Amino acid sequence: MLEKLIFGNLSLSSIPYDNPIIMDAGAFMALVAAIVIGSLFYFKKWTYLWKEWITSVDHKKIGIMYILLAFVMLLRGFTDAIMMRAQQAMAVGHSYGYLPPEHFNQIFTAHGVIMIFFMAMPFMFGLLNLAVPLQIGARDVAFPYLNSLSLWLTIAGAVLVNISLVVGKFAATGWLAYPPLSGLVYSPGVGVDYYIWALQISGVGSLLSGINFMVTIFKMRCPGMTLMKMPVFTWTALCAMILVALAFPILTATLGMLFLDRFFGMHFFTAGFGGNAMMYVNLIWAWGHPEVYILILPAFGIFSEVVATFCKKRLFGYTSMVWATVVITFLAFVVWLHHFFTMGAGANVNAFFGIATMIIAIPTGVKIFNWLFTMFRGKITFSVPMLWTMGFISTFAIGGMTGVLMSVPAVDFQLHNSVFLVAHFHNVIIGGVVFGYFAGLTYWFPKVFGFKLDEKYGKRAFWCWLIGFYVAFTPLYILGLKGMTRRLDHYSIASGFHPYLMVAAAGAAIIALGIAFQILQVLVSIKKRRAYRDLTGDPWGGRTLEWSISSPAPFYNFAITPEVDSIDAFWETKQRALKEGGTPKKPKYADIHMPRNTGTGFIIGIFSAAFGFAMTWHIMWLTAAGLIGVAAAIIARSFNMDTDYYVKAEEVEKIETAFANEKAQVSQPTETDDFDAGTLSEAT
Amino acid sequence: MKKLSKILLLATTILLSSCKMAVLDPKGIIASSQKHLFIDAILLMLIVVIPVIILSFIFAWKYSAKNKDANYTPNWSHSTAIETVCWLVPCIIIAVLATMTWISSHKLDPYRPLDAKGKPVIIQAVALDWKWLFIYPNQHIATVNYVQIPTHTPIRFMITADAPMNSLEIPRLAGQIYAMPGMRTQLNLMADEAGSYTGFSANYSGNGFSGMNFTVKVGSEQQFNQWIGKVKRSKHRLSMHAYNLLARPSENDKVRYFSHSEDKLFRKVIEKYLKPSNTERHKS
Repeated sequence: MLEKLIFGNLSLSSIPYDNPIIMDAGAFMALVAAIVIGSLFYFKKWTYLWKEWITSVDHKKIGIMYILLAFVMLLRGFTDAIMMRAQQAMAVGHSYGYLPPEHFNQIFTAHGVIMIFFMAMPFMFGLLNLAVPLQIGARDVAFPYLNSLSLWLTIAGAVLVNISLVVGKFAATGWLAYPPLSGLVYSPGVGVDYYIWALQISGVGSLLSGINFMVTIFKMRCPGMTLMKMPVFTWTALCAMILVALAFPILTATLGMLFLDRFFGMHFFTAGFGGNAMMYVNLIWAWGHPEVYILILPAFGIFSEVVATFCKKRLFGYTSMVWATVVITFLAFVVWLHHFFTMGAGANVNAFFGIATMIIAIPTGVKIFNWLFTMFRGKITFSVPMLWTMGFISTFAIGGMTGVLMSVPAVDFQLHNSVFLVAHFHNVIIGGVVFGYFAGLTYWFPKVFGFKLDEKYGKRAFWCWLIGFYVAFTPLYILGLKGMTRRLDHYSIASGFHPYLMVAAAGAAIIALGIAFQILQVLVSIKKRRAYRDLTGDPWGGRTLEWSISSPAPFYNFAITPEVDSIDAFWETKQRALKEGGTPKKPKYADIHMPRNTGTGFIIGIFSAAFGFAMTWHIMWLTAAGLIGVAAAIIARSFNMDTDYYVKAEEVEKIETAFANEKAQVSQPTETDDFDAGTLSEAT
Repeated sequence: MKKLSKILLLATTILLSSCKMAVLDPKGIIASSQKHLFIDAILLMLIVVIPVIILSFIFAWKYSAKNKDANYTPNWSHSTAIETVCWLVPCIIIAVLATMTWISSHKLDPYRPLDAKGKPVIIQAVALDWKWLFIYPNQHIATVNYVQIPTHTPIRFMITADAPMNSLEIPRLAGQIYAMPGMRTQLNLMADEAGSYTGFSANYSGNGFSGMNFTVKVGSEQQFNQWIGKVKRSKHRLSMHAYNLLARPSENDKVRYFSHSEDKLFRKVIEKYLKPSNTERHKS
C-alpha cells in the first residue's frame, strides 16, 4: 500500500534485467552520463555550464543546444534503424532473428518518434535559432526566456523517451499510436503513457517556440526589411512556424483525448460507448501532415540560401519562391486524408484529397526549377553545403515523384503501408530534410563557432550518406512492389524478400559510416580550429545580414541595428563598397538592451519531466509536486523584475574594434575577394 | 553521379519489365488496372523528373567556378518566360494526373460492384488477433487464413475486425482496405487466372502481426464447389462459443475449416462494438 503510494506502478521488476541489449544500452548511457558529470567536476565547469549554457537565453547558444540534442538523438534513432535492418536481414524462414516481436515493435516505434520529434524538430529549431534573428538584423528572439523554456521542455520530452529504454517499456504501437492498439485494452503497459507525455511536454515546447519565432519575424525585422525583402530562409521559417502554431494544438488535443481514454476510461477513441478510433487517425494526421511541411519548408529555405551563395548569384524568382512557400503552407492543411485512403471514405472524398495532394507538387516543382535556374549562369563552388544541395535536388525529385504516385488513391491501395511507402518518406525526409539541415549546419557553423568545418571529412560524410541512402532504400521500393508490408519482424523464404533486405542492411551500414565521418569532421575541425578560423565574418561570400557581423557572432549580434533596402542586403552593401571604395566612416555605438539569463526554463523543464514520469507510472505525489513546481516557477518568474540590462557603448566599441582589427589583417586585397572584383568588372 | 543514373536506369527497367513483383504481376482486373495506373503516372511524371535531374548535372558541370569560359550573370534573377514555363509545365502534368485520379478513383472504388456477369461470391473477413477469419455466409462455411475463389467471378469481401485495426490486402488481385472494429468495409475484386496467391494484413496490429498471412487459391467454378464440399465435411463448427475461443490472441495460425458458421456471425461481431460493453480483450 505504502509502496504503491510512493512508487505508483513502478517497481524493480519494471527494469528488464534479463534483456542484455537493453541493459547494455542502459549501461552505455550511464557511462556517458558518468563521463560527462565526472569531467564537469574534474574541470570545475559546473558554474560555466550553469551560467553560460543552462541559463542562457542567447538564441545562438540555445540553437547549439538544440542541435546537440538532435545529434545525440540521431545516434539513438539511428541505432534503432540499424537494429531493425539487422533483424529484417536475419529473420527469414526458420530464423526469427535476434529480437522478439515485443522488442522489435518498440524499436520501430521509438525510431519514428525519436527521428521526427527529437531529431528533426530540435535540429529545425536549432537552425532557426542560429540563423533567423541574425538574418533579420535582430538582437535576439522576441521572447528570449520563452525560447529557453521551449528548449528545456523539448529536452524533458527526450529524457522521458530515453528513460523508457531502461525503466519500463516504450510504446509498441507504431510512431502515431493509432487506437484501438494504443488504447488500454491492447496496450495496458506504460509504453503508450511514456509516448503521450514525452510528446505532450515537447509539443508544448514546440508550440511556444513556433509562436516565439512568428512574433520575432513579424515584429523584430530591422528597418527597411519589408516582408518581400526577407531572406528566403526566414520566409520558410515564418511559414513553418505558422504551421506549428496551427497544427501543434491539434496534436496536444488528440493526445490529451487518448490520455483521457487511458487514464479515466473515457471513450473518445474506443469503439464501445460511441467512441471512434478513426477520429484519432483523422486528428493525428491533421497535425501529422502539416508536420511534414514544418520540417521540409525550412530545409527548402536553407537550399535557397545555399544555392544563391555558392552560385554567387541572386536567387532566381524570389517572388515565385515566396508564393510557392505560402501555397504549400495553405495546402498542407487540406491533404491529411491521403494518409488513409484505405479507410474506405468513398471515391469523391479520396479523389478530392488525392488531387489536393498532387497540387502541392506544382509549387514544389517550381521551387526546384528556381534552384536550377539559380545555378544557370552562376559561378558554382562545390563546397559541402552545395554538395548536400546537389544531392537533394535529384533525390528529392525521385522522392516527390513516388509521393505524387501514392496520392493517386487507386495506386495507394496497393502501396499503402508497404515498404514502398517507407522508402518514399525516407526518400523525402533524408533526401530533403536531413540533407537540408546538414547543409544548413555546415553553412552557419562558422557564424556561431568562429571556424569552418573540415571540408574533406564533410565530403566523405556526404558521399556515404548519399550512396548509403540509395543502397538502403532502393531495395525497399522494389520490396514494396513485391508486396512487403512495413513493420514485419519475420517473413518466409518463399516471399523472396531476403536478398533485398541484405542490400538494405548494407546501405544502413554505409550511412553509419557517413555519421562516423560527421563525428570525425567535428573532432578534426575542433583540432584544426585555428587553421579554419573565420576572421572575415563572411567565409562563403554571403548575401544576407548574418554575414555582415563577426564570426562567432557577438552575444548582442549587431552592434548597430542594420538598415536594408534590398533582398540580398549584405551582398549589395559589399558591391557598393567595392564600387565606391574608401573606408567606411567610424560608427557611433550606443548602449544595447539585452535580456538577462534565467534558470526558470531549466527548472520548469525538470519539473515537467518529473510530472511526465509520474503520470506514466501513476505516482500521485510526484505528479502534484511536478505541477506545483511548474506553477511556482512561473509565479516566481513573474515577480522577477530584473530581467534585462544594458551593454555599455564602450564595451560594444571594444568588442567591435577587436573584430575590425582582426578583419583588417586578413582582408588586405592580396588573396580574398577576387570573385567580388570579378563580379564588379563583369557588372560594369 | 554515375551511380545515380545507373540506379535510375535499373529502377526503370525493373518497373517496365514486371519480374516477380506482386504489384506488377497482377492476376485480377482490379490489380491490373492499378498496375497500369501506376505505370502511366510514373511515365507522366518522368516528363519533368528526368529533365530536372539531367539539368541539375548539366548546370553543375557547365557553371562550375572552374569553368572560366562559362557565362556569368550575377544579377540575373528573373525571366517571365522561364517562370511561366516553370509554373505551367507542372500545372499541365498535374491537370492530366488529376483527371486520371478522378476517373480512376471512381472506377476502382473498392466499394463499386464490378461490371461483370454473375452473382458475386460474398466473403466476410474478420481480422482477429492475429489471424484472418473468412466466413462464406451463403455457403454457411468459414475458414481461417485461407480463401478459395473461382476465376472470372466477382468476389465481394465484407471486412471488419475484432482486434486492433488491420488491413486486408491481396496484391495480385486488388489493393487493400482497412479492417476496423465496429465498422464494415468492402472490397470488390475478380481473379483472371488460376493460382495460389498471398494475402496479408497490411496494417500493424501487435505482436503476431507478421504472421497474419493467408492463401488465396483461385481455381475453376468446379474446383470451388468441390472445395466447399470438402469444408462442409469438416467436423468443426463455428458456434459463438467456438468463435470466442478462436478470437483469443494466437500467432502463426494454421489453416482451419469450419463446416458451419453461427448465423449472422459477421453482424454480431460488428454489433459487439456498437454496444457499450466491449472494453475487454479476448482472454488469452
